[in-house]
Amino acid sequence: MTSSPSADRPVVEMSGISIEFPGVKALDQVDFRLFPGEVHALMGENGAGKSTLIKALTGVYGIDAGRIVVDGAEHRFSGPGEAQDAGIATVYQEVNLCENLTVAENIMLGHEPRRLGAIDWRAARRAAAEHLATMGLDIDPASSLGSHSIAIQQLVAISRAMVVDAKVLILDEPTSSLDADEVAQLFAVVRRLRDQGVAVLFVSHFIEQVYEISDRMTVLRNGQRVGEYRTDELDRLELVSTMIGRSMDVLEDLQVSTEHTVDAEQGATPYLSAVGLGRKGDVRPFDLDVYAGEVVGLAGLLGSGRTEVARLLSGADRADSGTTRIKDVPTRLRNPRAAISQGIAFSSEDRKSEGVVGDLTVRENIVLGLQAGRGWMRRLPRRQVDEIVEKYMAALNVRPANPDALLRNLSGGNQQKVLLARWLATAPELLILDEPTRGIDVGAKAEIQKLVAELASQGMAVVFISAELEEVLRLSHRIGVMRDRRKVAEIVNSEDVGVDDVVELIASGGEH
Amino acid sequence: MATTTPQHTVEGSGPGAPRPGGSGPARIARRLRIDRRYLPVVGTFVVLALILAIGGVRYDNFLSVGVLANLFINNSFLIVLAVGMTFVILTGGIDLSVGAVLALSAVSAAYLIDAGVPVAVVLPAVVLIGSIIGLLIGLMVHVFEVQPFIATLAGMFFARGLCFVIAPESIPITDETFVAIAGWDTWIAGQWRMTTSVIVALVVIGIAFYLLHFTQFGRTVYAIGGSEQSARLMGLPVARTKVLVYVISGTCAGLGGLLFAMYSRSGYSLTGVAMELDAIAAVVIGGTLLTGGTGFVLGSVLGVLVLGLIQTIITYEGTLSSWWTKIFIGVLLLVFVVLQRVLSLRKT
Ligand SMILES: Nc1ncnc2c1ncn2[C@@H]1O[C@H](COP(=O)(O)OP(=O)(O)OP(=O)(O)O)[C@@H](O)[C@H]1O
Ligand SMILES: [Mg+2]
Repeated sequence: MTSSPSADRPVVEMSGISIEFPGVKALDQVDFRLFPGEVHALMGENGAGKSTLIKALTGVYGIDAGRIVVDGAEHRFSGPGEAQDAGIATVYQEVNLCENLTVAENIMLGHEPRRLGAIDWRAARRAAAEHLATMGLDIDPASSLGSHSIAIQQLVAISRAMVVDAKVLILDEPTSSLDADEVAQLFAVVRRLRDQGVAVLFVSHFIEQVYEISDRMTVLRNGQRVGEYRTDELDRLELVSTMIGRSMDVLEDLQVSTEHTVDAEQGATPYLSAVGLGRKGDVRPFDLDVYAGEVVGLAGLLGSGRTEVARLLSGADRADSGTTRIKDVPTRLRNPRAAISQGIAFSSEDRKSEGVVGDLTVRENIVLGLQAGRGWMRRLPRRQVDEIVEKYMAALNVRPANPDALLRNLSGGNQQKVLLARWLATAPELLILDEPTRGIDVGAKAEIQKLVAELASQGMAVVFISAELEEVLRLSHRIGVMRDRRKVAEIVNSEDVGVDDVVELIASGGEH
Repeated sequence: MATTTPQHTVEGSGPGAPRPGGSGPARIARRLRIDRRYLPVVGTFVVLALILAIGGVRYDNFLSVGVLANLFINNSFLIVLAVGMTFVILTGGIDLSVGAVLALSAVSAAYLIDAGVPVAVVLPAVVLIGSIIGLLIGLMVHVFEVQPFIATLAGMFFARGLCFVIAPESIPITDETFVAIAGWDTWIAGQWRMTTSVIVALVVIGIAFYLLHFTQFGRTVYAIGGSEQSARLMGLPVARTKVLVYVISGTCAGLGGLLFAMYSRSGYSLTGVAMELDAIAAVVIGGTLLTGGTGFVLGSVLGVLVLGLIQTIITYEGTLSSWWTKIFIGVLLLVFVVLQRVLSLRKT
């Protein structure tokens, strides 16, 4: 189906690209080629320089050295607008849309159809609806973008890229918060575009997705190009070791013991017990116990209510029915502060608007939660801060390993690690993690899983949410299954529970 | 490659999902099917109607066409200022220079006419003065990344200082053409008096509305207010737009100065002191968020009318000191800001 790409002339050819930020050589003499009619995966660890390469191509960053040739002509775009005009549509990492506008306005922004010079809103809305339909999104184009979840926003951002009649489509981690269904939908669109001759540049940390969709790949490591490969000529293990620069077996030995903890079986009191907790329109009343030393996973599709459960448990949303007991004491969690003072930490899925503070340094971001818990008057001693920061930066392999770097200058995956470090540093009794490994590379993901398992074995209670069922299965002792904003089942994890079993539970809604 | 098309109806899942239930204004809005983005403007409209009703009950002939027509006549220059200010605030900026630029424009007009420069030259020239100051401010904000607050503060001092350099004393305008233009009026349906400045204000409102809602420039203004970084990554002309909003605000201030000169038939260096704050108050009362991204130019016009009506009521009351106007405006501002806060909290 794929014509041999190298027969054609590359539509994008970058050679000798270097970009240096203060203290970081983000790209060092990188060569990159993209052919029409291929899906090309750009691979590399967090901070390898993938997003920077994309921004260099589209003119967001100026390049210090190198040549960019698009369609045979040398270009130095002054910004994404010019790149778009040259036929390069880009969906950058993180959702970059405007929450104050409607879905339709966001999709059409900058490309509104006009009649007699004025924007033709009727045509604009119609076009937006069509683009949404291509992505299989059945949402009201007139609804406000901010009212939708990150996953939907991500799909809207991709729909937006379809508006430009592009020769080159760049997708920087488009699938990080999508479920299998949405990914399938996206891939169908990508394949169709590829078959029409569009060159697609795809970035993802999901190795399986890369193998499913890509024809070729370029691997970056520490800002340098390691090589360019045909996907079918490089197996997964080789790919990973090319990416991380050492062999893969370090990752293999992660054997999290999901043996059930004694606590739950001996009828001990759970750390947190929710009875009939619910909130109209968000999630139907559910029961959930979380014991100390236990990881409770929440599985379910996008929009199934898994995030909403986390928000109720953590006081981010106020329940309108049911009760929460903490260590057997009825407690009302009115807001996140109340929850924090009860030892509950919640790492939200929406890191951009609820989590990281871009203008603070990595150090400040990590101790933020800890300091807030102590009150602002009692400053943490500097030595203690440094110890904590150093410990977590090393444990999560945050790069660059400079605690004074501004957070917004970190790569997406490294920002996520810092956010996670913040909550881990507060040493909570109950840690609620909503999509903690989103956008994190394979190596770091394994580290994080290991860390979570370790914390649980030391007595922390953990609620773990992830769109990746493998991950949920690997870590959880028990798994709550969500569907249509209801908790439909709860299973005890064991050796013989597989992904298929959970998928089946989700599909059947718990009814056998 | 026949992939089935799963159609997920995942409307509004996730943290920011609109919550059914709720109370107060939100519920009323849902029942009336009002887009929540219009809620603040509707709020301003309700306040306007309330003040009108109160005035109508308390004073005879308050609810007359004449009073309403005068409201427009007396506030036309403030409407023009508020319209310009709306552009700036929508991008998340602020313009403190407009009061001083208005004065500069009025003083220049009086000075130039006094010096015998033909009116046909003076009129565009003084508006252009506003545009140029706006351009300088815009470049400061954009190129040198000076905070809008500081850049426009500098612009304010600069313009005010220039006023005194040109003319420390008030200059009366007696030129026949100018007086004729200023004094021209027409009666709509024989009852509603419209002066030149009202017509100018209406035209400005119309142009602003068109720009904001039917051009790419306007969409970019809203996008920048929502998220400047997103706007940039979407490939919108952020730089140009950010400079342009200050040019527009400056131009409006220049035009406002002209209208003020027509209104007072003179140019005086101390006119328009703190008028930028009135303009900002009108914009905020009109429902535009100071953080940018949400608001409507028609809301700002309603905001000016609310301010004007309060003034009228105080005058009608007779016994009250005119400073009560300020107190009422202060209270209203507070109420509106709190209301907006509640609305936006409910959203997240
Ligand atoms: N604006 C900036 N200022 C300073 N350093 C930067 C800036 N942008 C990126 N960097 C640095 O450049 C390096 C490459 O970052 P980049 O975002 O390209 O990584 P990435 O491969 O996309 O990683 P991820 O998988 O986490 O998204 C990182 O070390 C990052 O800290
Ligand atoms: Mg990246």
